[in-house]
Amino acid sequence: MINLLRLISGRTASAPVARERLQILLAHERGLRGQPELLGLLRAEILAVVSRHVVLDPEKVVVRMERGKHVSTLEVDIEVPNGFERSRAVAV
Amino acid sequence: MAKVLVVTSGKGGVGKTTSTAALGAGLAQMGEKVVVVDFDVGLRNLDLVMGAERRVVFDLINVVQGVAKLSQALIRDKRLENLWLLPASQTRDKDALTDEGVGRIIADLRTKFDWILCDSPAGIERGATLAMRYADEAVIVTNPEVSSVRDSDRIIGMLDSKTVKAERGERVEKHILITRYDSGRAARGEMLSIDDILEILATPLLGIIPESQDVLRASNVGSPVTLNNAASAPARAYVDAVRRLMGETVTMMVPVERKGLMNRLLGRRAA
Repeated sequence: MINLLRLISGRTASAPVARERLQILLAHERGLRGQPELLGLLRAEILAVVSRHVVLDPEKVVVRMERGKHVSTLEVDIEVPNGFERSRAVAV
Repeated sequence: MAKVLVVTSGKGGVGKTTSTAALGAGLAQMGEKVVVVDFDVGLRNLDLVMGAERRVVFDLINVVQGVAKLSQALIRDKRLENLWLLPASQTRDKDALTDEGVGRIIADLRTKFDWILCDSPAGIERGATLAMRYADEAVIVTNPEVSSVRDSDRIIGMLDSKTVKAERGERVEKHILITRYDSGRAARGEMLSIDDILEILATPLLGIIPESQDVLRASNVGSPVTLNNAASAPARAYVDAVRRLMGETVTMMVPVERKGLMNRLLGRRAA
């Protein structure tokens, strides 16, 4: 019935396009929503683990998430001070 | 026990104020004691849609700041004796609302009413977050249109994280109210269908309000849709939604306009 109407009117239904666009967009946005908290949590825990062995400046720990089409990457960038070896020797 | 219900959407112009007035009046017609609260500070309109714009003396901000007592700011509806309005301020800005102040007023209203309907402003700023802050239930007004559905999804996320209930680990009971629905266009694939919207938002449906001239006609004269013309299609749809809010099981359907013979013959729409 709908197809027949479409044939007569020569127009394609736009609702399926709307639906598909929304589904893709919202899947992406829902993923982003919880992210700031997730990153904060990861940063805090990574910092805690590394700090057990190395004296760190908390400001120099950067956790970043990049979302790609197929895979996402989690980037952890920790700047370790030059006294690193010594502090580990003390810890061991 | 009193219920606090927020009428929200994210997007503007989808029918929050119309729906707040219609649901409030509908609940009052069922014998419930109802207050409708306008949270749209600076852009109040619920008073106008309710036909009480000339009776506003004190407002929500006055009560928050202790300038007026709650009883002085509440306006009783002229048609329904158990329906009340708490207007927003037109001259102040939204920063005059505080979380603590709103909490105090809501707690006070809970002792006096069965239903507290909070008409949220559009957007996701302070006014909108405070309107939903103390809600037990939420009606998310959605048009069958991509931008409205996207904003509803965002608001659902906020209801699940930024409300007092969510912070306590409880859930705000959420309902989708679809407004401005045109079943003809949906059948022709020109408009998102009810199933599409519900599948995307994954939230139960409270009602479907058809696109209708009666909505504009009711706001023109300052009367909630359910009071202005109870036989109209949108009024019947709102009454069904009210029954569902009250816990009744009502079959979901889209009421259709009853066109007069002459109108049908001439294909004309009564204005």
